[in-house]
Amino acid sequence: MDTLLLKAGGWLAIVFFAFIAMVLAADAGFAVHMAIIALAAGITLWVTINKADYAAIGRGILKAPADPGIYDDDPIRWGVIATIFWGIAGFLVGLIIALQLAFPVLNLNFEYTTFGRLRPLHTSAVIFAFGGNALIATSYYVVQRTCRARLAFPGLARFVFWGYQLFIVLAATGYLMGVTQSKEYAEPEWYVDLWLTIVWLCYAAVFIGTIVRRSEPHIYVANWFYLSFILTIAMLHVVNGLSMPVSLLGSKSYAAFAGVQDALTQWWYGHNAVGFFLTAGFLAMMYYFVPKQAERPVYSYRLSIIHFWSLIFLYIWAGPHHLHYTALPDWAQTLGMVFSVVLWMPSWGGMINGLMTLNGAWDKIRTDPIIRMMVLALAFYGMSTFEGPMMSIKAVNSLSHYTDWTIGHVHSGALGWNGMITFACLYYLVPRLWGKERLYSLRMVNWHFWLATLGIVLYAASMWVAGIMQGLMWREYGDDGYLVYAFSEVVSAMLPMYLIRAAGGLLYLAGAIVLVYNVWMTIAGKQREEKPMTETPYDEAADKPIVGKPAIEPAE
Amino acid sequence: MSGFAKHHKKLERNVTLLGLAAFVTVAIGGIVEIAPLFWIDNTIEKVEGVRPYTPLELAGRNIYIREGCYSCHSQMVRPFRDEVERYGHYSLAAESMYDHPFQWGSKRTGPDLARVGGRYSDEWHVQHLIDPRSVVPESIMPPYAFLAEKDLKAGDMVKHLTAQRRVGVPYTDEAIAAANDDLMAQADPTASTTDLEKRYPKAQVRDFDGDPDRLTEMDALVAYLQMIGTLVDFEAGEAQEQPR
Amino acid sequence: MSYEALRHFADSWGLLFLGMIFLTMIGWTFRPGSGRKHEEAAHMIFEEDHDDG
Repeated sequence: MDTLLLKAGGWLAIVFFAFIAMVLAADAGFAVHMAIIALAAGITLWVTINKADYAAIGRGILKAPADPGIYDDDPIRWGVIATIFWGIAGFLVGLIIALQLAFPVLNLNFEYTTFGRLRPLHTSAVIFAFGGNALIATSYYVVQRTCRARLAFPGLARFVFWGYQLFIVLAATGYLMGVTQSKEYAEPEWYVDLWLTIVWLCYAAVFIGTIVRRSEPHIYVANWFYLSFILTIAMLHVVNGLSMPVSLLGSKSYAAFAGVQDALTQWWYGHNAVGFFLTAGFLAMMYYFVPKQAERPVYSYRLSIIHFWSLIFLYIWAGPHHLHYTALPDWAQTLGMVFSVVLWMPSWGGMINGLMTLNGAWDKIRTDPIIRMMVLALAFYGMSTFEGPMMSIKAVNSLSHYTDWTIGHVHSGALGWNGMITFACLYYLVPRLWGKERLYSLRMVNWHFWLATLGIVLYAASMWVAGIMQGLMWREYGDDGYLVYAFSEVVSAMLPMYLIRAAGGLLYLAGAIVLVYNVWMTIAGKQREEKPMTETPYDEAADKPIVGKPAIEPAE
Repeated sequence: MSGFAKHHKKLERNVTLLGLAAFVTVAIGGIVEIAPLFWIDNTIEKVEGVRPYTPLELAGRNIYIREGCYSCHSQMVRPFRDEVERYGHYSLAAESMYDHPFQWGSKRTGPDLARVGGRYSDEWHVQHLIDPRSVVPESIMPPYAFLAEKDLKAGDMVKHLTAQRRVGVPYTDEAIAAANDDLMAQADPTASTTDLEKRYPKAQVRDFDGDPDRLTEMDALVAYLQMIGTLVDFEAGEAQEQPR
Repeated sequence: MSYEALRHFADSWGLLFLGMIFLTMIGWTFRPGSGRKHEEAAHMIFEEDHDDG
């Protein structure tokens, strides 16, 4: 009773203070955010004091098995739904801003819908909302299975889920209102950063606590990757987010560092958001779900250890390749380039380890569309981790930097690697988490696979052409010794490429909508009547010993 | 089993050790690359002319950040012949030494803006921001007509300059105390601006948005755009750059 | 501290130190007798006496 009172009092205090802060806010953005926080704390207060069994109600809504199960799977089920929801939102905003670049009228002459405000909404929605929820959900799943222990601190695990959703809502609404620090992929302002820090430390506590409680002596390699992802993101987020608020009741703050130091801190963060959020975390998914789906152990456990240490050591150095030929000192640029090129090796080590896990079971690529998605994800991982080191070579970078080539590179990694491995994991998880025999339809997974693949190909190819074209047109000199193209001419030359890119994005989104339907029907407990993906060939006539025939057929 | 192998076994089985080792491993790269930038002297060249932003420029810069202009415009001219001819002298580290945060950008969907100051008239900027395609038919930039409609509500500039000083921008006590007045004065052709111009050399004082009766967000943004890259005088003999 | 001093350290002791760490890490992973342990670790995700509720 006392703890209940204390908890309820705490939430009430937050409602109260958020309300006061809303009234006294220095700017509208801060006021809206305080209103959202007051509302969230109010709902939590209601849930705390109300006697209803919300866990059971939640399981009812999600049609989850009523039995709590051996493992604590409720927050994972929520995470699967959140991943899909934010994924669709993020892909949709991506498609909208792609179309805005082709048809600027779609900015609607309205301040909340300009490209400048929607672009961070897209990047954060796909990286942190879609990717982040996928990472939290799968890490909860994997750490329990590989440690054979229930989640430590179940209450905290739920707080992490809901606290992270609140972070997403605050960040997203902030972008629309122009509340931004302008640091790419770290746009949220100081108070949202502080909130994420709290949530993230709780996440680390749940994850590490579960490992501590394990009943399995060895810590499986997937957990190493998750652990390094959690710790490194904490470090990057805190250092890059350092800033001085103008007022404790306003959203605006000024970054702690300036100019060249701020630039390198930002890209140390930015590149390792790729390295640890989008790579280490997703490699953790790869190291658990690919062997499980293929039903074979990982190709080389030794390679996975070397892969782990060299990847996390090398990645952190690669940031300066975002600042080639800028005012950053040359020695830092050179270090960044060298480490980026060396990074190719551990990256491919990981890809080979994942792909070779299928050694001896390659036929599954034909028969199992989930495996096919995983293989494609690894192929794109390999492709973009080759392209990345190549683009970080200064001579190449002088052409590729500032162009759409970079955008294409990012998307072949994000759509191909992160997206496809996430979809594959979702297809693996949904039947298991909801206690179903199988997915609603494997053929729809196949459809999703091809829609997404075609979408990525259109996207990457068009941006590759666009980027190289831009780079070459910007630097082209005529015989008269003058630059040939005005900047605006290069802009108009991009239109066909931007249209193809938008078409690619549309296909990718269409694939994700097929996933939504498939998952929805699976959770509803339906199974589609369909031909299996492959028929085992059986010829009854041939299935008998050869008797009474000449041993050698005469030649015809 | 050797002693070393025993250590390995421990590491694989002890989450504290594993976490610690991983953390040290990922910390090294950042420390080696970032920390020296703060104490190697020649990271930022010594050049004449770079000064903190005036309150109006700072307010304009905050609008530039708010609207996400950095998503499509870089402010970093690289030392290549074509870029220098297209945009102007390549950027020096010193030019962004008071930029909290930096705005170098990473993408040129639109042109670089590191030297845009003084390149076009105020009228051009206002027209271009209201309806980009009326002056550049090929442009794909979003329209920002709402900036001209909105009164500049920068908040208390004293607090803004104080926060800037806390992170290392050398605003004087006097500059901080006068911040709100300086904000108004810079866009007011009738105001006395001797002090303002003494505090902020090369500050441009005029009505920027073509509507002298109001101080709008357009005033602030155009004031910022018109000063970007104008502080260092590259024409006047030695800019005292160090060889790079 | 000057750029030259740091550069000198990076070229000599720094490089040697990191190279040694790299080599020991490889040696460590391939030390004799570790094969069976790694095999076990790789297979542990399949020993599921009680999975999935």
